[in-house]
Amino acid sequence: MAFDRRARRNLGNLVFVGACGLATLVALLALSLIMVSLVKQGFAGLNADIFTRATPAPGSEGGLINAILGSLMMCALGMAIAVVVGLLAGTWLAEYGGDTFYAHLVRFLNDVLLSAPSILVGLFVYELVVRPLHGFSGFAGAVALALIAAPVVTRTTEDILRLQPSALREAGVALGAARWITIRKIIWPGARAGLLTGALLAFARISGETAPLLFTALNNQFLNLDMRQPMASLPAVIFQFALSAYDDWRSLAWTGALLIALTVLSVNIIGRLIAARGTYRP
Amino acid sequence: MIDQSPSERAGPKGGWFDPVFRFACLAAATALLAALGGIVVSLVVGGWPALAKFGPAFFTSTTWNPVTEVYGAAGPIAGTLITSALSLAMALPIALGVAVFLVEFCPRFLAQPIAIAVELLAGIPSIVYGMWGLFVLAPFFALHVQIPLMMTLPEDSFWARVLAGVPNGANIFTASLILAIMILPYMAAVFRELLLTVPAHVREAAYGLGCTPMEVVGAVSLPYVRTGAVGVVMLGLGRALGETMAVTFIVGNAHDLPASLFASGSTLASTIANEFTEATGEMHTAALTALGLVLFVITFAVLAIARGLLLARRED
Repeated sequence: MAFDRRARRNLGNLVFVGACGLATLVALLALSLIMVSLVKQGFAGLNADIFTRATPAPGSEGGLINAILGSLMMCALGMAIAVVVGLLAGTWLAEYGGDTFYAHLVRFLNDVLLSAPSILVGLFVYELVVRPLHGFSGFAGAVALALIAAPVVTRTTEDILRLQPSALREAGVALGAARWITIRKIIWPGARAGLLTGALLAFARISGETAPLLFTALNNQFLNLDMRQPMASLPAVIFQFALSAYDDWRSLAWTGALLIALTVLSVNIIGRLIAARGTYRP
Repeated sequence: MIDQSPSERAGPKGGWFDPVFRFACLAAATALLAALGGIVVSLVVGGWPALAKFGPAFFTSTTWNPVTEVYGAAGPIAGTLITSALSLAMALPIALGVAVFLVEFCPRFLAQPIAIAVELLAGIPSIVYGMWGLFVLAPFFALHVQIPLMMTLPEDSFWARVLAGVPNGANIFTASLILAIMILPYMAAVFRELLLTVPAHVREAAYGLGCTPMEVVGAVSLPYVRTGAVGVVMLGLGRALGETMAVTFIVGNAHDLPASLFASGSTLASTIANEFTEATGEMHTAALTALGLVLFVITFAVLAIARGLLLARRED
């Protein structure tokens, strides 16, 4: 009797362990299938043209340079805005806001913004920038991306600054330094690795965002460096080309997807390496 | 007594800038609030004409006709809820299995690399998953699942009706599958972090009582992280609800209520992504913005619940 129960429990345990292992196997298999077809299809179309020529008309040759440059410019401007806003807002939450009602409100709504569907940000920027200015533009795209990156930077900034020992702040005060000098010369440099990681993670997040760009930067078939005009971006081009009926466009879409995935992966890995050297681990 | 006039006791050097700096920080924090407020206001204002014109019928009607300018959101709302629920049902057990395996059973030299890989995969943009769904999963699914099923299932049987649909692989089920694959690494990574917070002595106590590993997980570890786990599920659900690109590629983009599991459908986000730049008139734009408002309300509710549960856990 006792033996039966033990055998049953051991058997149940065996099944459970097996099921967990199987789940891991299935998950890894599905994800590696995706990566394998991405690498296979993406590398097939990878050549020098990709980095030198603009997106082609169907049936002719071309590359993705307009989309790559557009993505880089919009992400760079978006990150510049997001880092300024996010760093200051995160500093306020960690250094000044404390436990006040307003700080809790900002924290909560920042979290909402952090996980709100990105397509809604696109709709908002359309109403805010595109409609009043009567046209899609690279600026509008950058603003949309900034709105997605800023909550990420804010969140990581607050988390990291809170990890700074209060002895550092007291040391600043003891030296007779003003509060903002303490923050700028002691707190921020001390948290440099973590702050950089936060910014890199935010960059990784926005570099693959498609939905908010569809109604803000739109797309542009030609190479355009004027941010007042509609601008191509890698995700938007992938979206357009993947849904097309042309094989050469689809091949370009795969290559674009590979470029994005590699960028995001390497930025994430660099961010982690920096974080591993510092004290902060996200 | 030393005489100190106020001017000599002035604050630290550069102290005049303190209020300015503090104000700049406060302004940045307020800008974030304003951004969220702006999103809500622009969705309400932009969507109001449609809501005012169609009233409650907007939520119950399945007509979506840009030609006659009659819009009802029941199809996309149902599509969003169905795909999210299905994807969660598929991803949740697997994500839990992965997390438990990594924390409890996996040899250490394997656990770390797998955990890092899972976390990195959580960061891959959704458009990559969407492309794979469109070019690999959909054709495979049509050829090896849908067509054989159509051949073998007796006509008019229960399953034939549930699994009816054009065999092109673009349907509610494959969209849910892609969503599940997408939220899987994210949920597995957060579950793993949660399980790592279970104190070793609690688990060791259970082992000491003679529990098998399964019993330790089921009776000690999972209950210990219960509220947090529900929070994670809600966050995963939030992601699935708002996911745009991966779904747009593969859901089939039909505005009716999905008639079966393998029928084409649409979600709130996919409808907006598909039609917004090509909207035919003011009312079309307004109806699409109203869809955005519905999406915001649903995700906000889910996030608020998730946040509440995760906070409750932190305060335990």
